Amino acid sequence: MADPKPDGGAPERPSVTDPETIARHAEYWRRNVRYLGILISIWFVVSYGFGIILADALNAFKIPGTGYPLGFWFAQQGSIYVFVVLIFVYVWLMNRLDREFQVDEGGQS
Amino acid sequence: MNVQSWTFLLVAASFALYIGIAVWSRASSTKEFYVAGGGVSPLANGMATAADWMSAASFISMAGLISFMGYDGSVYLMGWTGGYVLLALLLAPYLRKYGAFTVPDFVGDRYYSQVARIVAVVCAIFISFTYVAGQMRGVGIVFGRFLEVDVNTGVMIGMAIVFFYAVLGGMKGITYTQVAQYCVLMFAYLVPAIFLSILITGNPIPQFGLGGIEQSSGVALLERLDGLHRELGFAPYTEGTKSTLDVFFITAALMVGTAGLPHVIIRFYTVPRVRDARISAGWALLFISFLYTTAPAVAVFARTNLIDSVQDVPYESVPEWFTNWEATGLLSFEDANGDGRIQYVGPESSMTNELTVDPDIMVLANPEIANLPAWVIGLVAAGGLAAALSTAAGLLLVISSAVSHDLLKRGLKPDITDKQELLAARVAAGVAVLIAGYFGINPPGFVAQVVAFAFGLAASSFFPAIVLGIFSKRTTREGAILGMISGITFTAAYIVYFKFIRPDLNVAEHWWFGISPEGIGTLGMMLNFAVTVVVSRFTPPPPPQVQVLIELIRVPRGAGEAHELSA
Repeated sequence: MADPKPDGGAPERPSVTDPETIARHAEYWRRNVRYLGILISIWFVVSYGFGIILADALNAFKIPGTGYPLGFWFAQQGSIYVFVVLIFVYVWLMNRLDREFQVDEGGQS
Repeated sequence: MNVQSWTFLLVAASFALYIGIAVWSRASSTKEFYVAGGGVSPLANGMATAADWMSAASFISMAGLISFMGYDGSVYLMGWTGGYVLLALLLAPYLRKYGAFTVPDFVGDRYYSQVARIVAVVCAIFISFTYVAGQMRGVGIVFGRFLEVDVNTGVMIGMAIVFFYAVLGGMKGITYTQVAQYCVLMFAYLVPAIFLSILITGNPIPQFGLGGIEQSSGVALLERLDGLHRELGFAPYTEGTKSTLDVFFITAALMVGTAGLPHVIIRFYTVPRVRDARISAGWALLFISFLYTTAPAVAVFARTNLIDSVQDVPYESVPEWFTNWEATGLLSFEDANGDGRIQYVGPESSMTNELTVDPDIMVLANPEIANLPAWVIGLVAAGGLAAALSTAAGLLLVISSAVSHDLLKRGLKPDITDKQELLAARVAAGVAVLIAGYFGINPPGFVAQVVAFAFGLAASSFFPAIVLGIFSKRTTREGAILGMISGITFTAAYIVYFKFIRPDLNVAEHWWFGISPEGIGTLGMMLNFAVTVVVSRFTPPPPPQVQVLIELIRVPRGAGEAHELSA
């Protein structure tokens, strides 16, 4: 359990004047935005792509062993499963990135 | 025991639980009242967020709507879950790092402007009130049908309960009652779904049952339903009738709206750290997905059951549930051809349809239609109330903090003490409960529609302002204010025109690019983005301290310290 006090979180306040820190934060942010780009593309493809735009075409196929037309499955089941997985992947990627760039909040996970 | 005694027992037991939790978790400071002290564990917050999010609309109405819309109902399923990806990736961690108490707090500070704060306060209050009125109506429906008390008495009982724990406990009381309410509502949703799935397909997991084989006919369930639909002159269930573009726009409006709803966003202020905010969004969506992947199965079970149990049945021999719901006026039969039988047919049939069913009753009537045990029916009533009350409480908190924190503390009377602010928050919550109750008893005819539009309004106002505020340092006060105003005005005008001024023109051929009023929020959001970016280019850049603030919210280390900047 983390320290619930409002200002008990971090040991140091990042200095915004130190050039090394500024460069490190900039690179951290660039990597973050790249992760977001990839994850949001997947988010878009499974919902708007497979579940909406391509739904009719995909409905020609059935998921083997079930009665699900594929497009319908993506729209009412599959996209939701992917959404859940995406957030947990994001959490994992960001926790790793935070540690790599020493901007994590410390403490146990 | 009969249905009514079970319902009384289960509803009373769940209410006693909520009150017990409220007494145990009273708030003693504004920090506890607004953000539960900021020390909620990510898992508990995920559960509370799920209950906060899943309203009477999700629990009572959604599966029913899908049941009648078929594939088109996917807009709700994707729209009301996909927004959490945006929330987790684009908003929650940064807003948590900033560490404000409310959404207008962030907007006002990031855009260094009282005007921006006030615009945000007005949007937040408007969105929350339209939403809360719908919840109170849900409470009324459940009480009216299952406890056979007068709808008004039902609303008052609901108000008394919410009043008790929202006013007393603030966010702290709400958080822990929401955790309990999540368990109640999820259990109440899954039990009948599992029963039905076993009954119809022999598979206990509804998500698999939906793609399974119907036992009585030996055909795949979805195939059988598509066949029934064709036979009766409805569009095939798995294909739908809306245009692809409209489905796209409605889904986007609901997704982005979800990410912009203030009562959802503030839940992420209650966890201790930035990483907790991220994982908490994951837990929330996981908990929500249990209901959202079950709902399409419930929809298909209900649809098949309904058609099988009423189509071409003599009116004389209808089952008891039919008569019960007829009494509420939500189900009606008119024997157009005078043959004494119920013809339930679609628009493409040669016969005249004689049965009108309100989608709102499908989830509630489902256990009765399938002849499930009495305690399951009572459980569904308790679950529906948990869903409505948990959402109502979250919304009331947004309204109360908008008044006491954003208007008083950060606006009109910055010198009030913490004690006075807490008192103001409680009074505001109390008044908000009364107003919500008034709307519950005298629902304006358009409440159900307006709730859906709250998403369009949230999408076209808050979302671009917050995202650009974090991801673009160049976004200026002028850009954000004009963007929010143009987005919400455009969206509201389009909706008001087609829904209230010229409802006769509300068909696809008159819509801009074929986009329905439900989906127009997406266009409003694009307009907001465009206006904000263009105006920001031609106005002076934000002052240096705001640029520093943005740098700080972009890195997780030092969460909590941002408080000093905002204070």
